[in-house]
Amino acid sequence: MSTLSRQDVQRIAELARLELTSEELDLFTRQLGDILSYVEQIRALDTTGVEPTSQVMNRPVDRDDVPGATLTRSELLGNAPDAAPEAGLFKVPRVIG
Amino acid sequence: MNAVTAVEQALARLTSAEPKLSAFNTVTAERALDRARALDAAPSGGLLHGIPVALKDNMCTAGVPTTASSKILSGFVPPYDATVVKRLEAAGAIIIGKTNLDEFAMGSSTENSALGSTKNPWDLTRTPGGSSGGSAAAVAARVVPIALGSDTGGSIRQPAALCGITGMKPTYGRVSRYGLLAFASSLDQIGPFTITAADAARVLQVIGGFDARDSTSAPEPLPDLAAALTGDVKGLRIGVPRAFVGEGVDAAVLAAFEAALRVFTARGATIVDIELPHAGYGIPIYYLICTAEASSNLARYDGVRYGHRARLQKDDTLQQMYERTRDEGFGPEVKRRIMLGTYVLSAGYYDAYYLKAQQVRTLVRRDYDRAFEAADVVATPTTPTPAFKLGEKTSDPVQMYLNDIFTVSANLTGLPSISVPCGFAPSGARGTGTGEPDAGSRLPIGFQLTGRPFDEATLLRAADAFQRDTTFHLEVPALAEASTSTTVMAHQPEGGPIV
Repeated sequence: MSTLSRQDVQRIAELARLELTSEELDLFTRQLGDILSYVEQIRALDTTGVEPTSQVMNRPVDRDDVPGATLTRSELLGNAPDAAPEAGLFKVPRVIG
Repeated sequence: MNAVTAVEQALARLTSAEPKLSAFNTVTAERALDRARALDAAPSGGLLHGIPVALKDNMCTAGVPTTASSKILSGFVPPYDATVVKRLEAAGAIIIGKTNLDEFAMGSSTENSALGSTKNPWDLTRTPGGSSGGSAAAVAARVVPIALGSDTGGSIRQPAALCGITGMKPTYGRVSRYGLLAFASSLDQIGPFTITAADAARVLQVIGGFDARDSTSAPEPLPDLAAALTGDVKGLRIGVPRAFVGEGVDAAVLAAFEAALRVFTARGATIVDIELPHAGYGIPIYYLICTAEASSNLARYDGVRYGHRARLQKDDTLQQMYERTRDEGFGPEVKRRIMLGTYVLSAGYYDAYYLKAQQVRTLVRRDYDRAFEAADVVATPTTPTPAFKLGEKTSDPVQMYLNDIFTVSANLTGLPSISVPCGFAPSGARGTGTGEPDAGSRLPIGFQLTGRPFDEATLLRAADAFQRDTTFHLEVPALAEASTSTTVMAHQPEGGPIV
């Protein structure tokens, strides 16, 4: 299970939205393989019936739904690499042909 | 001394140390002096009145660039302050700069920074540790008496140990993370670097406590931490997981650790043997969980709302913009972790890796629950070795990860944990990396105490008691002037709290 092919790494890169170079694909194929064989040791542990811990807080985190102060639209657009502030929009490449 | 003088002196120390250390990404000199003048005109009376502080550059500061030492955030200027920034400033502290880190706090040496690596003030050929290496180096070099870091798997405690200062990761939920750039949300926690445990108590008093803006912030009341520093550790049960501590630890580190335990027994504490049978699995489960969470958290860096965007050709698609932006913007370790996290969350591998890691996380938590039936705190070395050479571990991710063997458990369990200086090792023959060692330099060693949830008071009391009998934390690297004052008390201008 820990053997990763270059094609596997390419597929993961697409899922992660990373356009890796050929050198990066080679490097990560080797390094991710090494890391996976290292973490493989946990699979020998018997965890039958053990509840998973996804977080360590033992209380609900809900709160009343009350509107509060937020940043303004212009503050939020201020950091955008490309925006149309007068229209209040972020700009991105054409999505629909 | 007034606040302006305190800031001017800190900036002068920064100017002399910085060419050697590269600890700072941004220096906010003008802003700091303006604030100091205002504080001199109207003393705050706050616990940290007039104290210059440094912030790890993954905490948002309104109007001041915040980079996470990543190219993908180049040009980003937050429109708001992190809660810790607000609280520090409300207490009279003055931010003089933002410090270097491993990109997005992913690393153990501060070498994974897009802005270059920070050096260890005790030996410039070695790393200060990481990921909060800039903050640790700035305090160790006596540039500032206080810096904040964040700790996801040891990123405060490990650099504190390698730089010879005090560093604390509070309980998960104790300090608000509003405005902290998220890495692994079930593990991240903000905490202080200081010279003394007493100063750590002071900083936690200021930054700790509930914040409605952070949904993981805990409502548990923060006690009077200064009052907890009684020096009394009589009857304190210190649990030592002998089997865990025995493996692969440097002889000088082990000797310093044993000597630290004797300081406690001389003050009336008792040492008890405990077992943490699953702690050895900490590293594998940490790297499965933190990468899974990181792959999700870092999805937001897409070139749309802030930071870097790749230069596009006319017909490039949105998808190409995302992919090229992220490939250009993230460094190798961040990509490696996003890739690993994406893999372990993907269909077919989720149960075998991510779910399994979460189950073993439960077993680690149970180990600590059992340990705290017999002990009040758990003691280990903070790191298996003193500071390693720059470049020594960069090509082998697993070797770099193993540096965190003693620190990751506190993040996986959410428990509070503090690293305290307890000795020095000779620098001479250590390490195999490149560069000439500083002749005759010594490398700091730290030990770590981990406590019950929300019981930072006991950790601080024990660490403070230890520091009443030892002077390791007061030793100053040759690079800093020996006459430089070190603690908050020594720095505090007039207009602070009435003590």
